[in-house]
Amino acid sequence: MQLRIPSAAVKAQYVDPTQVVVDPVRHTTSPLVTGGSVVGIRCCDGVVIAADTLASYGSMARFQNLSRLVKVTDNCLLGGGGEISDFQEIQRLLENLITKDFCFNDEHTQSPRSVHQYLGRVLYAQRSRLNPLWNSLLVGGYTAGQSFLGMVDLYGTTFESEVLATGFGVLLGLPLLRKAYRPDLTVQEGIKVVEDVYRVLFYRDARSINRIQVATATEAGVTISEPYSLETKWDFKGFVNPRSPYDESTW
Amino acid sequence: MYNKQHLDPHDDTSAQRPDFMPYQNNGGTVVAMGGEDYCIVAATTRLGLGFAIPTRNVCRYAILNDRVVLATAGMYADTVALHKVVTARVKVYQQQQEKPFGLFSAAQLLSNTLYYRRFFPYYTFNVLGGLDQDGQGFVYGFDAIGSGEKVKVVCNGTAQALIQPILDNQVEKKQQYENKQIEKWSLQEALDLVKDVFTSAGERDIYTGDAVDICTVTKQRGVVVETFPLKKD
Repeated sequence: MQLRIPSAAVKAQYVDPTQVVVDPVRHTTSPLVTGGSVVGIRCCDGVVIAADTLASYGSMARFQNLSRLVKVTDNCLLGGGGEISDFQEIQRLLENLITKDFCFNDEHTQSPRSVHQYLGRVLYAQRSRLNPLWNSLLVGGYTAGQSFLGMVDLYGTTFESEVLATGFGVLLGLPLLRKAYRPDLTVQEGIKVVEDVYRVLFYRDARSINRIQVATATEAGVTISEPYSLETKWDFKGFVNPRSPYDESTW
Repeated sequence: MYNKQHLDPHDDTSAQRPDFMPYQNNGGTVVAMGGEDYCIVAATTRLGLGFAIPTRNVCRYAILNDRVVLATAGMYADTVALHKVVTARVKVYQQQQEKPFGLFSAAQLLSNTLYYRRFFPYYTFNVLGGLDQDGQGFVYGFDAIGSGEKVKVVCNGTAQALIQPILDNQVEKKQQYENKQIEKWSLQEALDLVKDVFTSAGERDIYTGDAVDICTVTKQRGVVVETFPLKKD
């Protein structure tokens, strides 16, 4: 369903001075139910993407067990942050794309890179209509011995990288991922790294939750873990006795 | 396809999020310099966003054919879209006409492509460089809506204000204390100058850094790309 809002030019044609033109009430001008950071790291034997399971309603922790990771094909996976309803629409779009391929029955499937490009074009087209799909997406995959990791945002910006993060993860997670990255990093090590990133995010990102899912794409295919909780530690000196603004230095 | 109802360009009602700002500044700097028998087109690889660097390695140039290269700074999503449009149209031309797309034609195509979007511009700042019919290096600099001029050396993007005056002074001998003769730059001298201006700009502009892709166009070797590392801070 689309809201059909008359433009100024159309309104001017039918202007009736006795009638006040009132725009319809709009509910979709800003994201409502939102997911937080998604992080990903490319490994030598696959790719790891993780997301927590929270969907916030403003500052309310509204849905606490919502999966933001999906399997797209047997070698491609997708993680999404931002407006959850828009993310579900993207899932439907991808389902259509994959179903069409299946119906041709010619063994052809979309490569992770194609899925990434496709999403990039869809989100860019929507932003160009000033009606964006309000998401940040990570696409990961593993084909022909090569791992793939790419990102798309609501402006349609597309790029690939060894380490990627969205939302607050860009500020708190990316430095940790870059420090941990090696070309010979294995998927097992990669999972440990993203768990550490989510621990840090849980400590400092108010729209996050201590419950994550980790997805991998390897030679064996795509696996998405069940949600699980991270061990946390709250007796750090800085947590027990936080510095106050009256201290000499805040550093 | 997605949102079929928007395929009619004359439909002036539309679903919009009126408070959505469709533009983003991802920074980046591009430099192009034309010489006697070469042309250099260089573009930084950092993708900046506010005070963050989402990635350090993006491609801001498009090799249109073996004698014309386009480099673009500004919004990265628009950059990718513009490069797709221009490279596709150059390919179609070359297939249909069975002759290479010239530098002058590429400049005209780019200008028209940008101006076509005059009232919803590509937020991109382009330089176009290559060899003309005589094999001489020339470059064009454009603004976001397609105004451009043919010059010998040009810089565009976030470090334009830092780099352009240096290029004017060194290459065109502008604002020099004594009027000096404009001398010819060898390819090696020009490469050194380009590397120097990017290194210096990287010290002062937060959107310029990480690396710079330097495309060298010559008649003998076509387009050769070299990646020159810059500071990552």
